[in-house]
Amino acid sequence: MSSAISRDEVAKVARLARLTLSESELELFTEQLGQILEHARDMNTLDLTDVVATAHPFGVTNVVRDDVIVASLDRDVVLAMAPDAREHRFAVPRILGEAP
Amino acid sequence: MKSAVQIAADVRSGASSAAAELERSLSRIAELNESLNVFLHVDAEGARAAAAAIDERIARGEDVGALAGVPIAIKDNLCQTGIPTTCSSRILEGWRPPYSATVVERILGAGAVVVGKTNLDEFAMGSSTENSAFGPTRNPLDPSRVPGGSSGGSAAAVASDMTSISLGSDTGGSIRQPAALCGLVGVKPTYGLVSRYGLIAFASSLDQVGPFSRSVTDAALLLEVLAGHDARDSTSLPEPAPSLLAHVNDGVAGMRIGLVRELYDGADESVVTAVHAAAAALRAAGADVVDVSIPELGLTLSAYYLIAPAEASSNLARFDGVRYGLRVDADDVTTMMEATRTKGFGAEVKRRIMLGTYALSAGYYDAYYGQALKVRTLTIDAFARAYGRVDALLGATTPGVAFKFGEKTADPMAMYLNDVFTIPTNLAGDPALSVPFTTGEGGLPIGVQLLGPGRSEARLFAAARVLEIADGRA
Repeated sequence: MSSAISRDEVAKVARLARLTLSESELELFTEQLGQILEHARDMNTLDLTDVVATAHPFGVTNVVRDDVIVASLDRDVVLAMAPDAREHRFAVPRILGEAP
Repeated sequence: MKSAVQIAADVRSGASSAAAELERSLSRIAELNESLNVFLHVDAEGARAAAAAIDERIARGEDVGALAGVPIAIKDNLCQTGIPTTCSSRILEGWRPPYSATVVERILGAGAVVVGKTNLDEFAMGSSTENSAFGPTRNPLDPSRVPGGSSGGSAAAVASDMTSISLGSDTGGSIRQPAALCGLVGVKPTYGLVSRYGLIAFASSLDQVGPFSRSVTDAALLLEVLAGHDARDSTSLPEPAPSLLAHVNDGVAGMRIGLVRELYDGADESVVTAVHAAAAALRAAGADVVDVSIPELGLTLSAYYLIAPAEASSNLARFDGVRYGLRVDADDVTTMMEATRTKGFGAEVKRRIMLGTYALSAGYYDAYYGQALKVRTLTIDAFARAYGRVDALLGATTPGVAFKFGEKTADPMAMYLNDVFTIPTNLAGDPALSVPFTTGEGGLPIGVQLLGPGRSEARLFAAARVLEIADGRA
């Protein structure tokens, strides 16, 4: 049986998840994720065509509160937790590339 | 060892004080924490101030609540204002939350004294605490073995009598499994019974906060304080908290209990023997115990290990070096985020993030995540059919007693299989608890599991109390 996930797919998933993997990690994770996904194939022994998917155990509907202004966390307290903050904002490194 | 019920009674009556109870707790921690690695942070100063305040209020004749002066340990994925909260991850090392979890506010409001934050598998992903970035916790009953996980520190705190009660969280068994391995009572409440506000999310449709204790009565006492609607958690059940403590001694006369083959098949012989002995004890106390088979439960492990990682991959996207926690500097934002997450997360967290990202990705969604959600429906329906015939279900909590360090770390699938009996309830959203019953290899404790339909906690406590008495523990 073919492996459930290829090395290239693991590399792609790592990129999507913003993780850098070393060569040895890539190899190990490919093998381990393959084993887990292989085990998951037992779900395919059932015909689930007509089964409705459940994302939440009690089927609760969305809850909204009244649209009134209430106190929230203090801005300065929140910004003080950030690795970098300037001018009352979270600061991050450059987000756009050089102009072509 | 003193129960929480006894401590609260003594503090209220003046036979003891919150300060004296706290000092007893802190001296146990000073004696044992270095060797067992239970607490990541002990807030001795804050706890002493809180205990003094409680003693002053009692001196003024105030009612300080059901947990008057009871020292309590909390899992380090629950926020407490100003107290370091790490989830046992380098990515949150040094972070101090600006608010407290609802459950922390509730225990403080009931007069409890929080002594500190306990070790866990990183982001509650694991079954042994071996995935903690700050080293594993040792099982107080045999330090060469794991305490279970992910709430291993909270279990060890109670098992070593550092505290009488503690808080954990249970996404796939993370309260019940360590309770079983440490000889404690551990409860996974009905989904929505206890607020998740301030619990750092792992898998939001599965996570629930719950109690650890040495006795059934203490677990009921603590859960009664934790439970009840919270407007800050949109999945919180709307009704008022149920009465639990009053029903602990209701007994099981006339209760119909299903002994579930799929919840002990494949377990070690000593565990299977314990489950059958528990069935006999319940029968002797007047329950009608019948054999039940729920074949659908055989597929729940696979479904869980797609659903939980899928939710985790989404929840853990927030750890990106922008708003809190670790940042590894880089010239552009994408490289910064990637470097931060690569350095901040451990191997198991990375494994689950990738598994979840894959299960949710275009082309694989239907085959994996979609299929798992359908198995979740089958699981819910199968439990509902069973609860049409019986009031509660009985099985094992874990396949064996506490295992040795390193025994399962090389093979993630072997570690995951330790959760095979606890996972089904989380998928269904129903309550379940583990209660110690007999011992196995080396005299180590065995936990049996009681499961019921949503909101049936009182019934489960009554059945657990019968087993506690039959096992000579009370």
